[in-house]
Amino acid sequence: MNPAELSISQLRAAYQSGDLNPADAINSLTEAIVAKDDAIGGYLSYDTETALAEAAAADISLPLGGVPIAIKDLINVKGHPASCASKILDGKYTAPYDATVIRKLREAGAIPFGRANMDEFAMGSSNENSGIKPCKNPHDLNRIPGGSSGGSAAVVAANTAIAALGSDTGGSIRQPASHCGVVGLKPTYGRVSRYGLVAFASSLDQIGPLTKSVEDAALLLEVIAGSDAKDSTCLDEPVPKYSEFVGQDIKGLKVGLPKEYFAEGLHPLVKERVEKAIQYLESQGAETVEISLPNTEHAVATYYIIATAEASANLARFDGVRYGHRTSESPQDPEDNKLIYHYKHSRAEGFGDEVKRRILLGTYVLSSGYADEYYKRAQKVRTLIRDDFSNAFEQVDVIASPVAPTPAFKVGEKSTDPLAMYLADIYTISTNLAGICGISVPCGTVSEDGSDLPVGLQLLGKPLGEADILKVGAVVEAGQKS
Amino acid sequence: MPKDDYIATIGLEVHVQLKTNSKMFCGCAVKFGAEPNTLTCPTCLGLPGALPVLNGGAIERTILVGQMLNCTTPEIVKWDRKSYFYPDMPKNYQISQFDLPLCVGGGVPLYDLAYPKEAQKNIANPGKSVELTRIHLEEDVAKSTHHSDFTTIDFNRAGTPLMEIVTEPDIDSADEAAAFLGSLRQILIYSGVSDADMEKGQMRCDVNISVRKKGTDELGTKIELKNLNSVSSVRKGIVCEIDRQIGVIDSGDKIIQATWRWNDELGITTLMRTKENADDYRYLPDPDLLPVRTANLVAKVQAILPELPHQKVARFEEDFQITHYDASVLASDGALADFYETAAKGAKSPKKVANWVINNLLGELKERELEIGDCPIAAEKIGSLLDLVEGGTISNNQAKEVFVELFESPDSEPAEIAKAKGFEPADSSEVDGFIDQAIAANPGPAGEVAEGNDKAANFLTGQVMKLSRGKANPKQVTEAILAKLRA
Repeated sequence: MNPAELSISQLRAAYQSGDLNPADAINSLTEAIVAKDDAIGGYLSYDTETALAEAAAADISLPLGGVPIAIKDLINVKGHPASCASKILDGKYTAPYDATVIRKLREAGAIPFGRANMDEFAMGSSNENSGIKPCKNPHDLNRIPGGSSGGSAAVVAANTAIAALGSDTGGSIRQPASHCGVVGLKPTYGRVSRYGLVAFASSLDQIGPLTKSVEDAALLLEVIAGSDAKDSTCLDEPVPKYSEFVGQDIKGLKVGLPKEYFAEGLHPLVKERVEKAIQYLESQGAETVEISLPNTEHAVATYYIIATAEASANLARFDGVRYGHRTSESPQDPEDNKLIYHYKHSRAEGFGDEVKRRILLGTYVLSSGYADEYYKRAQKVRTLIRDDFSNAFEQVDVIASPVAPTPAFKVGEKSTDPLAMYLADIYTISTNLAGICGISVPCGTVSEDGSDLPVGLQLLGKPLGEADILKVGAVVEAGQKS
Repeated sequence: MPKDDYIATIGLEVHVQLKTNSKMFCGCAVKFGAEPNTLTCPTCLGLPGALPVLNGGAIERTILVGQMLNCTTPEIVKWDRKSYFYPDMPKNYQISQFDLPLCVGGGVPLYDLAYPKEAQKNIANPGKSVELTRIHLEEDVAKSTHHSDFTTIDFNRAGTPLMEIVTEPDIDSADEAAAFLGSLRQILIYSGVSDADMEKGQMRCDVNISVRKKGTDELGTKIELKNLNSVSSVRKGIVCEIDRQIGVIDSGDKIIQATWRWNDELGITTLMRTKENADDYRYLPDPDLLPVRTANLVAKVQAILPELPHQKVARFEEDFQITHYDASVLASDGALADFYETAAKGAKSPKKVANWVINNLLGELKERELEIGDCPIAAEKIGSLLDLVEGGTISNNQAKEVFVELFESPDSEPAEIAKAKGFEPADSSEVDGFIDQAIAANPGPAGEVAEGNDKAANFLTGQVMKLSRGKANPKQVTEAILAKLRA
């Protein structure tokens, strides 16, 4: 039994039976990382020594006792680097505090192990925007793993992690999960505390699990969800025992199929895999209904205004004054304001192109004279998109769709065309604008250039409807095995 | 053109630190004088991933001030990010309020005693109230200290709740600006939300000034004046800036919109920066904070709304029949007003108590370098001391002696001290004997008294006082003499 290849529930069982102990898991993962990660690039750093010390002290009777979890590099773990895959922080910032999700993981006995690669500051859909190094898809090293939580998805898929935490602002958990063939869940906005998650777009960001099984996603969500006095946007709602919904039947459950999500632009083989999974749900007693989300076409534009506006303020703090990269240049012209010079050069040297592009866009849409036309209008459209989902959920229990229009594309294929990259997020972005929950569950593969590329089925749930999508997700998962 | 041909238009932006236990968006203590950078956490340091959480106490205190100043509070208020880069602001945005502040409108009544002393006799707009635009609640920035070639930053102050009070351009002169700040301070102290001491930086003030020729309607170009660290700086700075602007216009030049800085040592204003590029703060509703519904907070605050200084003045005049001036002096300090009220309640002559508190008590406290709050004598005892005078038990001069003694032994009752000192009422047989003695020894004046001469009665009273070595009550002695001679 290779511990690195196990799921959370399998590893827990092995601990309970005494077949394995937490140190075995850490050692096995370290071996796997050494063997595979140079090629994949899923990790930015990991610290076996610290993890082994924590493994030695682990209480395996706890819900996640002794279970190592890889952490996306923008979630603060005290004493670990938190670079957000950006040169502006890389090697120059160590987190001085634990994020709330990390505190909850620790209280449940888990061991944060390894910093997962990502697009810089979570801005990207391919992990090509990592400011440190690219991450590749373990199913085909010429392809992208998706993004922005590309590292989190890749290490779970490559069995160099048991499970991982990622963050999802417009699909950043679900899309890489789909491309890497793992389960990825984006919780309802406010279900999980954002305290300690380095913000990209505060009104859209959510932390969620990337796992080898639907049950694992439920187990992780049970631990990290719940109210937090340190995050005012975190909901004070009871946390169901999500794992109990895994394995329940779906007879009579209504599944909505948004016609806008099955229209042109969807890869025919992806469409076929998704439809096959939906047919399986029908075979298990679910009822499908065609629905409409009429404002889908406005989602990408709306998203890129709201997300970049928030990002422009959120990323203003990276200025090299107290931490992070600071320019070694100084003004030649004595007339130059030294402080402004410092800001300009430190930020210009530290941030990558995509981050700069989004800061500029966000600054523009908030500028005096433009804010009404862009930002305020986008907020109105956001309300319409939210209403689309509210209306849909009056008819159905969950919504099923593809996650991404194509399987994982090749490295470099879209990196010169930001708009094409943005449009690939069409099925996932609205979820965040509406604040609802979504999950990507593997539903087959598509063969391209000799590689079997995973495809995910997206299931969207009502606000706080995580139990519903986990329940349906588990049925999809079972269907793949049958 | 002479100065009188110009009108000045002045608006103030006043920042007031709130006296809360913790900061605006985190649990760090608000404390002055701690070791630099010891009262900090990830939130007030603006570290990546840290989030703000609203301080409900600060919100309530701001609404309280707003209700005291007749502001309205919108049903829903929210916080916004105000973006600009500066090292004293670790997020490079300040969490402030843009379009839905806690308080809108309202006004600050200008109290006569808040004007500078020399202006009090000739107040241009008696009874004026300065209109407010808004009051909002934001976070203070860190404190920068500039050294020769570097700057240090202390984040202890970063995140302290800061109330910004913005007036309409409704102030006409430096004296009115001073009266505004004085009156506002009085009200803030009454509210208990801040000590509002400008010298301690608890209250800070920026001034917008423009001048225009009389008879024209269009306002002149506005200058923002900064670095005004005391009420007297505000006054001097405004006077200086008005003169400067008139000089510029008189010489045919134009005022250019800019920020000027008051130099208190030199007594001049100097150019800080022109505003060629208007600041663009790119306000953004803060997605980390939820909008707040205010109805419950307003109701809660209204139940505890303290009386305003001018309301207290009116009540004192009415209830205690004292002069407007005395009432204003007493009400100028909440603690003094409370002391007086306790002393005057149930006293035979609240008017006498007022005189005594203003003339004797305040003088004695000043001598001893004590605040009214530190007065060792309980207010009730001042009341009962003056009841002894009013009842004729002791004289005014005797009361002064008892009063001094009370400072030394504040636990004693005034009546006990008077008794120990041998101050006795005039109906005692001993005093009666002295009266007969004085009449017998002074037949001339006694005859004049009988004929109706009051001055002669005073003379006889004086004689009795001598005989009694000051222990008799002169008022009662006079009454007894008159009774004997005019019966």
